[in-house]
Amino acid sequence: MKTSKQNISRRNFIKLSGLTGAAFTLGFYFPANAKEAKIIKADDASVLNVELNAWISIDTSGKVTIINHRSEMGQGSFQSVPQIIAEELEVDMNDINIVFAQGSQTKYGSQITGGSSTIRGSYQRLLKLSASAREMLIESAARQWKVEKTECYAERGHVIHKPSGKKLHYGALVEEASKLQPPAQVELKRPSDYKIIRKPLPRQDTPLKTNGTAIFGLDKKIPGMLYAVVERNPRFLGKVKSFDDAAAKAVPGVKHVIPVKMRVFSHDREGVAVVADNLWSAMQGRKALKVVWDDNGFEHHSTEQLYAKMNESFSTGKALSFKTKGDAGAAYATASKKLEAVYETPYESHSCMEPLNCIAHFKDNKLEIWGPIQGPDWVQKDVADLMGLKADDVTVNMTFLGGGFGRKAFLDYPHEAAVISKAINAPVQVVWSREDDMTQGPFRPGMVYQCRGVLDGTRMSSFETKVAGQNMGHQNPGANKKSYNSSITEGFLETYLDSIPNYSFSDVPLESPIPVMWWRSVYSSTNGFAFESFIDELAVAAAMDPLAFRRQHLWNGRYHDLINKLEEVSGWKSRSKNAGFGVAITECFNSIVGEVVKVSKATDGKIKIDKIWAVMDCGWYVNPDIVKAQVEGSIVMAHGAAVKHATHFKDGMAVERNFDSYKMSRINEIPEIEVHIMDNEEKAGGVGEPALPPFTAALTNAIFDLTGKRIRKVPFSLDQV
Amino acid sequence: MASITLKINNKEVSVDVDPKMPLLWVLRDVAGLTGTKYGCGISQCGACTVHLDGNPMRSCILPVSAAANKSITTIEGLSDDNSHPVQQAWITEQVPQCGYCQSGQIMAAAALIKRIPQPTDKDIDSAMQGHICRCGTYTRIRKAIKTASLISTQKASKG
Repeated sequence: MKTSKQNISRRNFIKLSGLTGAAFTLGFYFPANAKEAKIIKADDASVLNVELNAWISIDTSGKVTIINHRSEMGQGSFQSVPQIIAEELEVDMNDINIVFAQGSQTKYGSQITGGSSTIRGSYQRLLKLSASAREMLIESAARQWKVEKTECYAERGHVIHKPSGKKLHYGALVEEASKLQPPAQVELKRPSDYKIIRKPLPRQDTPLKTNGTAIFGLDKKIPGMLYAVVERNPRFLGKVKSFDDAAAKAVPGVKHVIPVKMRVFSHDREGVAVVADNLWSAMQGRKALKVVWDDNGFEHHSTEQLYAKMNESFSTGKALSFKTKGDAGAAYATASKKLEAVYETPYESHSCMEPLNCIAHFKDNKLEIWGPIQGPDWVQKDVADLMGLKADDVTVNMTFLGGGFGRKAFLDYPHEAAVISKAINAPVQVVWSREDDMTQGPFRPGMVYQCRGVLDGTRMSSFETKVAGQNMGHQNPGANKKSYNSSITEGFLETYLDSIPNYSFSDVPLESPIPVMWWRSVYSSTNGFAFESFIDELAVAAAMDPLAFRRQHLWNGRYHDLINKLEEVSGWKSRSKNAGFGVAITECFNSIVGEVVKVSKATDGKIKIDKIWAVMDCGWYVNPDIVKAQVEGSIVMAHGAAVKHATHFKDGMAVERNFDSYKMSRINEIPEIEVHIMDNEEKAGGVGEPALPPFTAALTNAIFDLTGKRIRKVPFSLDQV
Repeated sequence: MASITLKINNKEVSVDVDPKMPLLWVLRDVAGLTGTKYGCGISQCGACTVHLDGNPMRSCILPVSAAANKSITTIEGLSDDNSHPVQQAWITEQVPQCGYCQSGQIMAAAALIKRIPQPTDKDIDSAMQGHICRCGTYTRIRKAIKTASLISTQKASKG
């Protein structure tokens, strides 16, 4: 006889996961100070008073429900997470129902969809959890049949007794299985035995995205919801001096015009919100609004000033040293065969296709949020702090995200929605226009790299990099601005360092009011260009083939396997003299990606990209088609940042306001992309981001190969090489 | 405010709105058809593409008054069961990632293969280069349009 407490707990799980009737629920929790998650039944979780992390529930009809505690922003978690579970649980993909988790740090641990972590951060736990559930179902069938468990196996949602052919559906076993304890250990399948993992199964969210039924943040509506748009100070850190709302209030449908603020790192961004009963009226009201800004001295910031400051800082600023060996400075000073190059990369807007938006309903000192959110647990905690609430009083609901790329992990827009809802005492959806989205930031920081290298014969004997640019971590309240940026080697193949006797990596942080944050692949997105361009320049100086030059410095066989594959698939050895071939290899979020770009001259003399080959070594992976899609997408995003768009600043404001000036890559500019995935025994690495960093250098190295012209500043126009 | 009669997905709908309100917001916020997306508001990204009398049209800059008495088709009206050849091809080739721009892409592609049943790469470039996909699904869109062309040819030959 179970206690009532246990029954309540099960009912709660059933309610949360939308299941009917009795259910068998298995999840994991993190015991205090433990490194490994522990598998536990829902009932026992309530007895031990611990909260379960992600879990699997099976109901009496055999339907499996899993909670996806990560966002779905295009990277395929809605497919790859159930594919992992179906494999070890031995169920059909069709029998799995996946639901979004609400944001809760205590329940799910980290939920941030960032760092390409959805699979690599949880696959081992998910495999173990699913295998444990399967073993408990087999055990309960064996008990019912009074046979040896070893004579039974599971297949497609059934347990089968091999000698007799007897068969029981999982649904018929859930009640018995709930009474068992999870096995202490389970044996996981070998990848060669996988039936579902490693298969290019179609994504379950695809049909929703081809008929308009997928609900993104902007599509979400809740009863009584009003719409808000906000006129924010276009200058970073600027304030509202005064505003005249008479004309705005005269627009039919406009209900409120109120001052509003949202938190951007250590500062509050100020603006004036126009709230109406429909979005169009709110937009018209905003146009009629007159605001006088206090620009606070920030009207003088410009791109020219920022880059001049960064370039000067290599000689005048204090470099914070991150990683050194030997004496790179002395090696450079005394060397005969040496090279110096400076590389420049731009600020960038994330420009997700779905502009920022968020619904908030503040009522009775509780807050509920709905939106396209990458880090629901962060939003829960941070917005609670800012609103003076307890985290438990803030509920964060996720929708599909129309792109994220790091931007939708920020708390500004949920905070702004919460502030407005509280002020007007009604549920409200804040909608950012494309112009708001593109000009307000946070942006990817522009960086400048000063690289110095020394060759000893054909080998690198010294490698020195100074990086100038904003340190994202320095923006947080109370940040130690004397701390170095430990991300400045991201993207670099650190294995190189074992063969280089002298090296030094340091940064000279730039102070600027421009808010900056992660952009797909973060610092690797700019580091990759500098490091892999400079390695190429050293290879040329050493008069060596760029692939062979890289290979001789890398001792680890994993890199050689990748280089060999890249050499083979791209036809590197037999490349024609009329074409330019360039290579770059970077490492990001535990995955290594090598890319080769082929360029040639079109009949009009302009450079065109003919083809791109990519080899992805992400170790263990789930769905090869999703991996390929992520590689293709990363390359296209890198293409845009290399040859199409950048955010500039003038008079303290972002210049590019929409896609007419922030030019995106278009279908006619993207050539064939051929993707290969390495099969090996390595642990899972990231998939969503690591193919972005090598592209730009592979392209500019190819252009050098064709034309002898070295491009050290991006973006550049292919038409003007 | 004015009362305007629209024919959306073969149904007559009467709306009482500002005649200057772009069709996009009427579809999304008045008619409740949220499959059509807002991306830029200045006709640069294609996310808001619908068919007006069979032709692809950017609904973000089209005043609703200009759509009166014309036949409007949105993604919801292309087919309700993903049976349109372009939708089928999009699923076969696994085109969408985040999916936000795909309604517009699909509407443009459907208009293209209706106009040119077997489009060349050049035809695809000129019909689709007004559409931005930030996830970078372009190579799959190209492939899917060719697949859609095959599917619709097969459907036509089956009668």
